[in-house]
Amino acid sequence: MDALQLWISTALTLCILSFLWKDNPLYKLAEHLFVGISAGYYIALAWQETIRPNLVEEVARGNWIRLGAAILGVLMFTRFVPKISWLSRWPLAFVVGMYAGINVIAFASGDLILQLQSTMVDVVHGGWTAVSNLILVIGLATSLIYFYFSKEQKGALGVVSRIGIFFLMISFGASFGYTVMSRMSLAIGRTRELMVSPATTGILLLAVAVFLFVWGRRQRSTGEGA
Amino acid sequence: MTARRSWRERLEFIDRRWLFLILAFAIVLPLVVDLPLPLYVSPMVQDLYDAIEDLPDGSTVLISADYDPSGKPELEPFHLALIHQLAEKKIKMVMYSLWPAATPITEAVLAEAGLTTDYGYRKDVDYVLLGYKEGQQIAMRSIQKSLKGTFPVNRDGTPSNEIPLLQHYDTYTDFAMLINVSAGSPGVKEYVQNVQSITGVPMVAACTAVSGPDYVPYYKAGQLLGLAAGMKGAAEYEKLVGRPGLAMAGMSAQSASHMLLIAFIVFGNVMYFLARRSGGAR
Amino acid sequence: MKRAVPWLLTFVAGALMINDFFVPHRTHAAITQELQQWGLIVVAFTYVLGMANVFDLHFKKIRRGSSEALYSIVLVGSMLGMAALGIFHDHQGEQSPFIWLYNTVYDPLSATMFALLAFFITSAAYRAFRARSTEAVLLLSAAILVMLGQVPVGAAIWGPDSFLGGFPGLKDWIMDVPNLAGKRAILMGAALGAISTGIRVILGLERAHLGGGK
Repeated sequence: MDALQLWISTALTLCILSFLWKDNPLYKLAEHLFVGISAGYYIALAWQETIRPNLVEEVARGNWIRLGAAILGVLMFTRFVPKISWLSRWPLAFVVGMYAGINVIAFASGDLILQLQSTMVDVVHGGWTAVSNLILVIGLATSLIYFYFSKEQKGALGVVSRIGIFFLMISFGASFGYTVMSRMSLAIGRTRELMVSPATTGILLLAVAVFLFVWGRRQRSTGEGA
Repeated sequence: MTARRSWRERLEFIDRRWLFLILAFAIVLPLVVDLPLPLYVSPMVQDLYDAIEDLPDGSTVLISADYDPSGKPELEPFHLALIHQLAEKKIKMVMYSLWPAATPITEAVLAEAGLTTDYGYRKDVDYVLLGYKEGQQIAMRSIQKSLKGTFPVNRDGTPSNEIPLLQHYDTYTDFAMLINVSAGSPGVKEYVQNVQSITGVPMVAACTAVSGPDYVPYYKAGQLLGLAAGMKGAAEYEKLVGRPGLAMAGMSAQSASHMLLIAFIVFGNVMYFLARRSGGAR
Repeated sequence: MKRAVPWLLTFVAGALMINDFFVPHRTHAAITQELQQWGLIVVAFTYVLGMANVFDLHFKKIRRGSSEALYSIVLVGSMLGMAALGIFHDHQGEQSPFIWLYNTVYDPLSATMFALLAFFITSAAYRAFRARSTEAVLLLSAAILVMLGQVPVGAAIWGPDSFLGGFPGLKDWIMDVPNLAGKRAILMGAALGAISTGIRVILGLERAHLGGGK
């Protein structure tokens, strides 16, 4: 990373982190810059890595059928012309249909059949493993019963579904524990980047602090914001 | 007119910026004063390492790197250690991405691993960078039909039909293994659903910690041969590969931040129950 | 025409994708492969559409001269600049301005946006996570055990060689049994929902995406 890169990336990092103090113009500027750069990056890549090789160059090689994709793609922009905006539903319908068809097979094979198959475990032999397997099967069955909303969950059904809720709460707790780890990792990563050049970070931190102080005082004197 | 708040109330409703400052210290201090602690390797990561180690030397794997800068702290260390483990076994690599922001990161990881300089890998002969393709699950299904049809050119613009490494590889099942390094969607879940469960190709994955518990069912069902979740998973993998890196270095800060969060949860609940007893809870 | 053609497109695309799993015939595979290429391209066009929408929205703000106009100028300027660099100039290689901007601007901004979440989760843990019910106690207990089992300091307090495998062993058991049960139930339930929704969309029983009711 060259010196200019270091100063700019550190400054932008601190602009985003300034949100922890309060929403402020530095954060808003950095946020809008992020949205703009991201959008520009994605457009450039959509052209360079998909539209150009898979459409333009394919058609240039004589695959005229591929023009159908171009027509569908262009039809999307008819949404800006009120009189013919109904045409923009055609490419959307095509893509939605594709994803629907793909998902029917994907969810059936990956998330239903194979998961059900792997739940057929030995609950009798194996000591502690069998006990754990039994708890797993009970947990799965009761959790699935919790999601059955076609009958009022009272009486025996209510008791069983409450057990299911307990298992779901434990799984949500496990997810929370991992989520904490994930978020902390992101903060650790950024902190490490800021520690690459403590002098740069120190100077820019001071500059941001001064800006926030001056801006805060201006806000208070004009009676804006809390 | 506000009544004077008790110390309990002041602690219970403390300005959150103090909490932010305490967290900042909990992260910075361990990074400055590292306290190395023993690292326990979980069965999921051990299985991942073993699955790759069991691949015949010289075989070819397909790597889909699907993350962006926000996933770097958790996934880049794994990605780097992965390249080292594969390169030490002289395993050839075909790499692409379904996330737009991943390709520059992949190129940086390959450079840092010294794939060409230290391991002597030749571009398009020992490894291929195909770049990014839009379409998510559609791209996955298209690759199963034909990798070269989906990627008519590689990242440099070379026609796929002219790339030596791709002569005998065109679908997922042609490869010895599919390795997914993923920060979300499209990622592990979509690959398991659309590729692994349909084709049966051996698959391992690394993911961000937030998705880790969601993918445990895939690991337990054998759809994933191994799974490394988050920075901890990456640290365990670095230990197994013998390349201590950023993930292992971040473990003491991770420990400190976790202990702080547990302390906050416990303390916050103690304040809550004290308030309930004195009849002032919200 | 306005409803029939979109419905037909949805049905044909969806049915062919389902058939693709069952029918190995070469002609059928060639047709679905070409349609999948169409799908990639149409999805890529949606990015262009998204950019056009963003441009439209912020251009209106700039023309109105609203108080947020400066931010909109930054957004539109950076978007057009980055897109132009990537499309008309080299979009790869360490030396290219496109990648330089990616490394200098996009990388730190993207990473830091998500890093903020660590601070907010800390604040929430202190101020909001209350063990008010049995379910909440279960959730928080599991969370604390998993957090302790995940980090080396947890293993140092109660190690994997101890009774029950210590915190790491306990964490592994929580992940492999109760967490697995709950997550598997969610996976299977969601799968049933996704399959039925997919079939409803393909058959035209769900028409929200076509702009109409059922």
